[in-house]
Amino acid sequence: MKLLLSKTFFRAVLIFNAIIIIIPVLFLFNSSLRETNDFARTPFKLATDPYWANFTSVWQDGDFAIYLKNSIIVTGGSLILILICALGAGFVLGRYDFKGHSFIMAFVLSGMLVPAKLAILPLFIQLKWMHLLNSHIGLILVYTAGALPAAIFIMSGFFRTLPADLDNAARIDGASEFQLLRRVLVPLVRPGMSIVAIYSAIPIWNDFFLPLVFLQDPEKKTIMQGLTIFFGQYSSQWGVLFAGLTMAALPLIVLYLILSEQFIKGLTAGAVKG
Amino acid sequence: MSGIKQEQRKFRWLLLSPGLLIIVIFTSVPALTTLSYAFFHWKGFVRGSWAGFENFDRLFSFPFRDQFLMALRHNVLVFIGIMILQTSLGLLIAYALYNLTRGQRFFRTVTFLPVIFSLVIVGYMWQVMLDPYYGPINMILGDIGQPTWAKAWLGDTATALPTLVFINLWRWVGFPAIIFLAGLNSISSDYVEAARIDGASEGAIFRKILFPLLAPSMTIITILTFIGAFEWFDLPFILGGSNGSPAGATDTLALMFYRLSFGSIDSGANEIGVGSALGVLIFTIVGVGAAVGTKLLRKREVEM
Repeated sequence: MKLLLSKTFFRAVLIFNAIIIIIPVLFLFNSSLRETNDFARTPFKLATDPYWANFTSVWQDGDFAIYLKNSIIVTGGSLILILICALGAGFVLGRYDFKGHSFIMAFVLSGMLVPAKLAILPLFIQLKWMHLLNSHIGLILVYTAGALPAAIFIMSGFFRTLPADLDNAARIDGASEFQLLRRVLVPLVRPGMSIVAIYSAIPIWNDFFLPLVFLQDPEKKTIMQGLTIFFGQYSSQWGVLFAGLTMAALPLIVLYLILSEQFIKGLTAGAVKG
Repeated sequence: MSGIKQEQRKFRWLLLSPGLLIIVIFTSVPALTTLSYAFFHWKGFVRGSWAGFENFDRLFSFPFRDQFLMALRHNVLVFIGIMILQTSLGLLIAYALYNLTRGQRFFRTVTFLPVIFSLVIVGYMWQVMLDPYYGPINMILGDIGQPTWAKAWLGDTATALPTLVFINLWRWVGFPAIIFLAGLNSISSDYVEAARIDGASEGAIFRKILFPLLAPSMTIITILTFIGAFEWFDLPFILGGSNGSPAGATDTLALMFYRLSFGSIDSGANEIGVGSALGVLIFTIVGVGAAVGTKLLRKREVEM
């Protein structure tokens, strides 16, 4: 009886928690389909007659499409660079034993301890000097440097768990080291790559701090930074604001609902050993 | 054989160097130079003469001293608030998920959902929810309670910081919940079943077996919360701007660092020297705190 009671209590906790989480999100979606004045009078009414004009105004008036495109360039570019570098370095650190191995590993791990925000001033001046300020390439390089230590660490762990016989068999068959990596090992570390991809891409997509500091040109701004401008421009048009927030949030929500296990694994990768 | 060895060596450096170079240029070099910045005079973004500890002296005198102390106080309060609310709620949710036989996947997915949201979206969503005139929260509060319950939660100096902590809770609580759940799942069920056979109550099992064995998860959560609280920037910046409005009620060390580095809206000019001194200080607090904390908490893990 007592066990049953506690089960009911726990179920109630989870249901309550789910409501607190879902209601604001649904409210956001619902309000994005309502006309501003209509919304101000009755904020809780369901959008039975969807007002799609909010979305058209977001798409046409705001530089939303440009921001979105820039975010895709920056996140995609960083992701490709991170995966290539982490695959290479992870392979070497996970499968070769050589002089300097532990030193390089310690160096990589120390990179995980540096809080990027506190090195922002020298980075700013350095990027300016390198003519990479106000450029997507500069931003991509900074994001890559920030995500790489953990990415290399995760990848080297995945490479280490693969049996050594694989390498020897491939070498006897005459495979070069590069062929060994590409044809034999990379397909086997795919789960690690998906963890690294989510671990690095989500914070980059969501970030607004580095673009805030490094990008001034309106044509170059990313979506999360763009939202802050957008909020200033449309501060009285709530329907349009809600539509903008929805459009910025929706792609990630959909991806998350499809790949929730990978998302949870990827985003807690820094905190759970395994 | 030596052919393969040589090929390996070339290949090894070819694969290692791009990643290592990027880390050195864009993380190591700036991290090391940031320390030196605190010891120079600065005019805008141009470095001047050697300053010794002058920037630190200035940080600890008028007008920066009061700002610094207030911001530090906020960071400490935020750490305590998050530790108490987020950790206990996260633990409760994790334990509830752990005890669930059906539907675990659904509730787990929902619990973690806000963690994937950008803080920009979370911040603006709650700003609208909490709007003093049209926000649904105040409408509900005004309806079910006194009209005076409805207020400008983010605009009032007394409620602004606690409100930010609440929004932070909404966004983050899924994170400790998942970490604790992973910790609970890694505990061998033999212990729990043996205790149950011995007639231990569920409460006793949690207190005497599960909670002590969760110590490693607790260490990680505490350290991550500490680091997060003392580098707290995004949410207060999105909702209160770089000055920590209203009236500095949501100011934090990281916001002050940002203002000093890039200039604030009201004073204009930046103070890179003082800003870097503050940066060194934040880095020391976070570094020393995390190191000492990890050591103490690890010791506790062994004892429990």
